[in-house]
Amino acid sequence: MIEVKDLSKKFDDLIVLDNVSFTVGEARLVVILGPSGTGKTVLLKTILGILPVDSGVVLFNGKSIQAAKENEIYDIRKHVGFVFQSTALFDSMNVCENIALPLVEHTKLSSRQVRDKVQEILEIVGMAGKERLYPGSLSGGMKRLVAVGRALALDPKYLFYDEPTTGLDPVMRDRIVQLIIALKKDYKKSGIVVTHDLDTAEKVGDDIYLLKKGKISKLEQIKKEVYNG
Amino acid sequence: MNLFNLIGDFSTFFFRSLFIPWKIRTSKSRILEQVYSIGIGSLPIIIIIAAFTGLVSTVQSTYQMVGTVPRYLIGTTVGRMVLIELGPILTALMVSGRCASSMAAEIGTMRVTEQIDALEIMAIDPYRFLGLPRIVGTFISLPVLTIFSEFVALACGAVYAHYFLNIPFSVFSYGIIHFFAMRDFLGGLVKSLFFSLVIGASGCYFGFIVKGGAKEVGRAATYAVVTASILILVLDFLVAVVIFG
Ligand SMILES: Nc1ncnc2c1ncn2[C@@H]1O[C@H](COP(=O)(O)OP(=O)(O)OP(=O)(O)O)[C@@H](O)[C@H]1O
Ligand SMILES: [Mg+2]
Repeated sequence: MIEVKDLSKKFDDLIVLDNVSFTVGEARLVVILGPSGTGKTVLLKTILGILPVDSGVVLFNGKSIQAAKENEIYDIRKHVGFVFQSTALFDSMNVCENIALPLVEHTKLSSRQVRDKVQEILEIVGMAGKERLYPGSLSGGMKRLVAVGRALALDPKYLFYDEPTTGLDPVMRDRIVQLIIALKKDYKKSGIVVTHDLDTAEKVGDDIYLLKKGKISKLEQIKKEVYNG
Repeated sequence: MNLFNLIGDFSTFFFRSLFIPWKIRTSKSRILEQVYSIGIGSLPIIIIIAAFTGLVSTVQSTYQMVGTVPRYLIGTTVGRMVLIELGPILTALMVSGRCASSMAAEIGTMRVTEQIDALEIMAIDPYRFLGLPRIVGTFISLPVLTIFSEFVALACGAVYAHYFLNIPFSVFSYGIIHFFAMRDFLGGLVKSLFFSLVIGASGCYFGFIVKGGAKEVGRAATYAVVTASILILVLDFLVAVVIFG
């Protein structure tokens, strides 16, 4: 369980998060919906301690990441897979090496076992056969799929998706939505999906929150007027 | 940028990159990769620089001294200049221009494309993953390159002296060997060890602190080389005072 309590964050005079609180329950996907530039990415990064908070705490199973020491933070992060908005794939490594990196760094698997695990992940995300390609030669949608694969490498409990469907055609968008749903249902991954796409939010979200002008509020059902106005 | 902040950050960065568990099992291949790209990759340019250094110092020494001292002293002078000063410093400056800039550009690009955030989120320490192999790689490569360039410089000087200045090999090498002081050679080597740390650390440091985009990445590469070059000259002076002063 992830509990976000009274998180506040500002850059100089710009208040990005203002007492944001919510909870990610077991096997639940929380969607944070919000227009561009409201601080969705900042929220995800502060939750993981990549950006410092001004006040508030984030508890992973009761353990505060703000109070944790560096190696404890790293231990917490091993349980979270993060799919970046920009995908942030390592462009000097091919698809296989990208997915293998966390395994090589954090596990004692033999290179054969690593290869098998990478294969298994590529099957899940539907990118089998592409392991020798470099990120530079993948399309935007394929990069997202590989980024999901990399996030899955350590078999994390939680997955954070930052705008997983933005800028993709409907077919690819659907494919990614289905993947997110499958990962929750079949692999029991809970987590956070950040998006400004109402459609995606509706399809994948168990709990949907609206983030706007730094404030967060829970939506019982998506009302287009609330989102736009 | 405030100079004292810079020095503080820079040293923090340096210790942060080296005084951590090295995890040799996974770091080894990355260190070797850097040794290869810094060491082997710099060889061609180092050979050219060293060859001309040897030629020029032989020509200049002869011009200044011939007729006033025994001819073997030209070998001695060239030998000492190359071992104490020219070998270490020119190699370091060349490697700094070639490698510090590329380190800063590479790490800076990874910073602006969020690849460093990605490392952090995967619980991979970016200092160990990116900083350590580059600093250690330079530390291993530069002294070797320095010895190599000294050898090339002296060989070229000797050949030139033999064929064009009428100073036979035997005389030139007598000058080098007879007056060879271990302290000269080791002093030069110690300097190159210091230089290597400066090159690796400033290449990585300026990469890590990049914020923004392509322009800032370019600027980081420039800062890395300028800072490394200045520090090399300052350290050269300090070590000279301590060892030879
Ligand atoms: N490192 C930073 N320094 C200063 N301001 C920042 C920084 N990061 C983000 N901001 C500001 O915080 C606000 C929120 O940014 P954020 O990237 O979280 O938006 P977002 O909701 O993810 O938008 P999008 O949907 O376009 O990705 C923006 O106004 C941005 O300018
Ligand atoms: Mg964003």
